[in-house]
Amino acid sequence: MDIQFTEEQELLRSTVQRLLRDQYDFHSRRKIVTSDEGWSPKQWEAFAELGLLAAPFAEQSGGLGGGPLATMIVMREFGRHLVVEPFVETIVLAGGLIESEGSTAQKQEFLPGIVSGKSIWALAWTEKNSRFDLGSVTTTARREGGAYLLDGEKAAVIAAPWADYLIVSARISGKQQDRSGVSLFIVDRRATDLHLRGFKTIDGRRAAEVTLRDVRGQLLGTEGGGVPALETCRDRAIAALCAEAVGVMDELNSVTLEYTKTRKQFGVALSTFQVLQHRMVDMFIAHQEALSLMQHLNLSLSNDEGGIARLASGAKAKIGYAGKFVADQAVQLHGGMGMSDELNVGHYFKRMSSINIQFGDPAYHVLRYAQLDTAA
Amino acid sequence: MELALSPEDAAFRDEVRAFIAENYPQEMRVPNPETDLTKEQSLLWHRVLYKKGWIAPLWPKEYGGPGWSITKRFIFERETSRAGTLPPLAFSVTMVGPVIYTFGNQAQKQRFLPRILSGEDWWCQGYSEPGSGSDLATVRTTAVREGDEYVVNGHKTWTTLAQHADWIFCLVRTDPSAKPQSGISFLLIDMKSPGVTVRPIITIDGSHEVNDVFLENVRVPVENLIGEENKGWTYAKFLLGNERTSMAGIGRSTRYLDRLKKIVKVEVAADDPVHLEFRKEIARIELDVLALEATELRVVAQMARGIDPGPAASLFKIRGTEIFQNITELTHRAIGSYGLALREHPVSSNHFMPGPEYGHTASEKYLNSRKLSIYGGSNEIQHNIIAKAVLGL
Repeated sequence: MDIQFTEEQELLRSTVQRLLRDQYDFHSRRKIVTSDEGWSPKQWEAFAELGLLAAPFAEQSGGLGGGPLATMIVMREFGRHLVVEPFVETIVLAGGLIESEGSTAQKQEFLPGIVSGKSIWALAWTEKNSRFDLGSVTTTARREGGAYLLDGEKAAVIAAPWADYLIVSARISGKQQDRSGVSLFIVDRRATDLHLRGFKTIDGRRAAEVTLRDVRGQLLGTEGGGVPALETCRDRAIAALCAEAVGVMDELNSVTLEYTKTRKQFGVALSTFQVLQHRMVDMFIAHQEALSLMQHLNLSLSNDEGGIARLASGAKAKIGYAGKFVADQAVQLHGGMGMSDELNVGHYFKRMSSINIQFGDPAYHVLRYAQLDTAA
Repeated sequence: MELALSPEDAAFRDEVRAFIAENYPQEMRVPNPETDLTKEQSLLWHRVLYKKGWIAPLWPKEYGGPGWSITKRFIFERETSRAGTLPPLAFSVTMVGPVIYTFGNQAQKQRFLPRILSGEDWWCQGYSEPGSGSDLATVRTTAVREGDEYVVNGHKTWTTLAQHADWIFCLVRTDPSAKPQSGISFLLIDMKSPGVTVRPIITIDGSHEVNDVFLENVRVPVENLIGEENKGWTYAKFLLGNERTSMAGIGRSTRYLDRLKKIVKVEVAADDPVHLEFRKEIARIELDVLALEATELRVVAQMARGIDPGPAASLFKIRGTEIFQNITELTHRAIGSYGLALREHPVSSNHFMPGPEYGHTASEKYLNSRKLSIYGGSNEIQHNIIAKAVLGL
């Protein structure tokens, strides 16, 4: 179904578009990515001022009540501009978890900082051997007095070097893959005995290996309820990443078409070759299908329909494959230029590649989609 | 996936569902309705729809259409396709009918339209020729004016169900000296005319769907010319646009996919090395269907708001046919060795078919559906159309 935007949604979209057009062109982004910090607190402040960070949250949480469709609108534009600031990590993942799992006190303590752009968050769920299994957790949490002490290692935590807080999944009971013994904890990223080894990611972000040695954590949600909470949260994150992927494809298709119209070989524009025309039609079709499915997922999410887990996995797979095809072909059709770090195409390619790793690659999700089929 | 329907549209959907359940002829529920029915049998549903006033969803009310909105048309198409009903003959209702009411004169409308609606006339399409496939503008069948008649000579081919046809609509060359596109006319020819010969072409699945049609000194009254002489190309393109409107085939693909899943469940054991590949392929196709369906719903919603769908029909044709070809191929693979057996043509005396019943049509469907990416403007032609219209190439 086509989404006919409300006036508010149109306004949100044009606001993000204008802001990014004015302040987040490819050159500005390069400056941000190559800076020491690797992100721009100034941009983040601008996002907060324009209400982007508040947009998805419910009004009683201090938000604007835009829900998943607001996230969708923001993320598609972020995809077009390759925004590196941690919107998914802070707003969709952490914010979403606090909003759905947090106590009243926790919401009052943390949401205002998130919505106003004062605090950055990251979600530490992956471990060295977990791959994409949310329930595969070896990091432990034990109760001591009124608090929990966390011990273990988390892997490839995106945005951890930028974060003020981490949400960490840790095991309070059971073996490595038991679903039931996992809880979520809020941890101060600057706590003593919490160590980071930061690294750059292929798509221009920063991530870190995180070591926790008896670090104090505050329980978020119910004891043992970590995996279901993470699963719901992953569905929302997938919907956001799918919107971002469509934004990436928007841009890749348009720059590729433009390039083939101007680049000449054998005395004619590349776009006159039928083999390339047909390739670009396939890229167009892949994009159209991805867009439709992405909207379908976000609409279903916003209407709170059943079967979201399966649909989210399905969309992640289909859009992942579509995005990979578009990105592969965009680089190919740019020829040598597609390999150049100077040009934007390769950077979109790299973002698409990392989207296809986050929360599980297309093959993982297509098989999960098959697994969740009650009819088969 | 469901449309968010207004109460009125939801009531209409329920009405259509109930009507199909109560009225679809049992006689038409055969293993392969596209090949196993006689002409009379295949017209049964047509007549039921005619009596109900639902035979021509696309037609304006004044010519006998039901006057449905775009959304209602879509609902009807979706429900009939989900229920697996045999679509009424497309060449009559979807193709030549709209050409006649759009470009025909008053006498032609009065003469032909009612008989198309009632099913009295069966139409076939005289477009392709041995030398003119995708490049239709090169048709060589000639029509030479002699008094009040055209004398037609030529050879049409791939003519679907011409063996049943009462009439054929033809592209003929009336001005050999003009540029290819501008010398063509659109002519209606009575199949009973002297000089018309139909010769069956048996396709690789063993069925007789298509034919050669030979036209030798066929005399056609000039009153059977549609519109103006030498303007036929315009009418032909209009018709091809109609042909492609609903080729996404979501309902059909969904039914065949459900069937495939059931077959795989029985045929491919979990410890079979190929089991995982089947699971993955099926899931991928299911997602292809879902994404195409979501695209179709998006386009319908846009059209209902008056937005031009552009070359969406070409996208549906490409993806819809690719998907169905994949499903029939997987089904054929799923039945293992029995994929070697081909059901014999119904007229044959030998009807023995080995293997479980659910596999009996797998081979013929697999083979027959290879045509999908070729007919109705090959998928490569559809790529050209999108390249021109969307990419501006």
